[in-house]
Amino acid sequence: MANGEDLVDTLRRFNLFADLDRAELEAIADPDSERSFAAGERIMRRGMSGSSFYVVLEGEAMVALDDEELNRLRPGDFFGEISTLLDEPLTADITAQTPMRVLEIPGPRLEAFLLSYPKVMLRMLVTEARRLQEVLAWRS
Amino acid sequence: MAVVEEVSPPGEYPVVVVGSGPGGLQTAYALARLGIPHAVVSQDDSPGGMFRKWPIYQRLLSWTKPDAPHERTSRAYEWYDHNSLIADEPELRATVAEEMDRSFMVPSRPEMERGLAAFAERGGVRVRYGCRWESTRREEDGYVLVTSDGEYRCKAVVLAVGVTEPWKSPIPGIEEVPHYAETPLAREFQGKSVLIIGKRNSGFELADGLEPWARQIFLVSPRSVQTRILASSTVRVRYYEPLEDASWGGGTFALDAAVERIERTESGGFRLHAQGTTRPGPITLEADAAIAATGFRTPLQDLQDLGLATVADGRIPALTPYWESTTLPGIYFAGNVMQGAAGLRKHGVGSASGTVSGFRYNARLMARHIAQSLGHPQELRQLERKDIVPFLLSELRSGSEIWTQKSYLTRAVYPDGTTGILPLAHFLDHCEEGSLGVTIEMNAEGAIYPVAYVRGRGGIDERELPPHPLHDYGGEEYSRALQELLV
Repeated sequence: MANGEDLVDTLRRFNLFADLDRAELEAIADPDSERSFAAGERIMRRGMSGSSFYVVLEGEAMVALDDEELNRLRPGDFFGEISTLLDEPLTADITAQTPMRVLEIPGPRLEAFLLSYPKVMLRMLVTEARRLQEVLAWRS
Repeated sequence: MAVVEEVSPPGEYPVVVVGSGPGGLQTAYALARLGIPHAVVSQDDSPGGMFRKWPIYQRLLSWTKPDAPHERTSRAYEWYDHNSLIADEPELRATVAEEMDRSFMVPSRPEMERGLAAFAERGGVRVRYGCRWESTRREEDGYVLVTSDGEYRCKAVVLAVGVTEPWKSPIPGIEEVPHYAETPLAREFQGKSVLIIGKRNSGFELADGLEPWARQIFLVSPRSVQTRILASSTVRVRYYEPLEDASWGGGTFALDAAVERIERTESGGFRLHAQGTTRPGPITLEADAAIAATGFRTPLQDLQDLGLATVADGRIPALTPYWESTTLPGIYFAGNVMQGAAGLRKHGVGSASGTVSGFRYNARLMARHIAQSLGHPQELRQLERKDIVPFLLSELRSGSEIWTQKSYLTRAVYPDGTTGILPLAHFLDHCEEGSLGVTIEMNAEGAIYPVAYVRGRGGIDERELPPHPLHDYGGEEYSRALQELLV
């Protein structure tokens, strides 16, 4: 995203927030919740507790376990919900591959956030269901 | 004929510091202590220019406790004085505490300004005043800063220019609304109704100041005030009265609504159209006066044209854990803009980098980091093996760096027995295997406790140690836990 584009305009393009109206998006799009990372900087570290939920706004990140790449994260993707919702340490490392901007919802606030926006929660659930389906298809 | 030495004339330096507020002074002092040649320039004409203007109606927010369990001249006293800059020499410490007249726990603006001036004078921090940074060029081996006095070539730049440029959110009609920075004396609002756009610190600071004067106050912004987070934050004093007034259903309202547009009324007032957020539905408000308390941005001049990445609508530079631009190597930031490096934010708890209490430590570490990157290796203190655990325990009890910058800074001991302080993120990602780091942390419930980190082969071993009601981490339990991790 170029500097100057409204955070609301960025969020409204993402599947996760597709059901929200402008006022709801403005309430979520807190510029002070934006975090940035340099290329190569780690966003999440395996074994660490107390982390947050993130939505990628700009850039690309790699999910890895013992230096083995598992996945790539791009704008609109989200991560950190599993360790936050289960209150367990992170199970993988996530490293920025390019300069990145993400939107952060701190772990202790995720539950209230999802309850305030059930449509976001539903879209999140659909994404989780797809991920589970992929894993099951791969195993069978 | 006497020759008057010119302070920091234009020319070539390893480092140039821009700014003479607390961030600039602290960085310049630290660079001088490390023996790194540098220039310091400032557009102001004396130290601490910001405190001659803001906060508009009030004192500072952060505490300085003139008497505390430790002597003012000691390092441990820093924890009780969140406004003075830090120094190795006792006579340079607690310069704000000396100025406090004890009518309040937080300094007035003149008290703060005098404390900073005393630090600059006694610390020999020499600044070229009245010299304005105007533009920037990138060259093969560094940068050229073009100033009102001429050009400065350098390898590293430290911008300590504050977050001081008024910023308005892009709402149709907002150009008609004066910014916080233009707010006149409170008495001019006597008997008037006032719309304040923004429900953060500056919005509530104005509301608090206007409570004794205005007839009615409406604070409007999309997000609700996080009273639970505020409860454990220094800034809560700004919110008390307006929120109490709001809770009585009286003269003040704090509304959660996204503002759609603002227009002038026939009578010279303002009309605001908004959509409710926490309670959906249209809202229309009319008032005699309006103020945009929508915040400030860092004066970045032309750095974004050179590729400087930013966050928060372009208001804050995106920074690494050592406060360097994520996209322009060699461009560093000091002062409250250091909040652009968020740190790990464990349990949602942020760093103290937005206030003097936190960024004074950052500036010292950043100066060391810059010195190293310029090829001046920095010596670390060496500990005997038997002293490591007692030393770490004493740092956990009274190390003001880790107490102030909770879960941002860590006290580390490396496998060779040397010790230093560094950003936790950097420790976790770059330190040698077998290094041990300790931090003080806080969880979402406000409990404070020590955490130890060991870098092992498979990753990081994170151990939370139990809290102690007197924060006395010297007992057998703590000693044993750290001893085990040292093996």
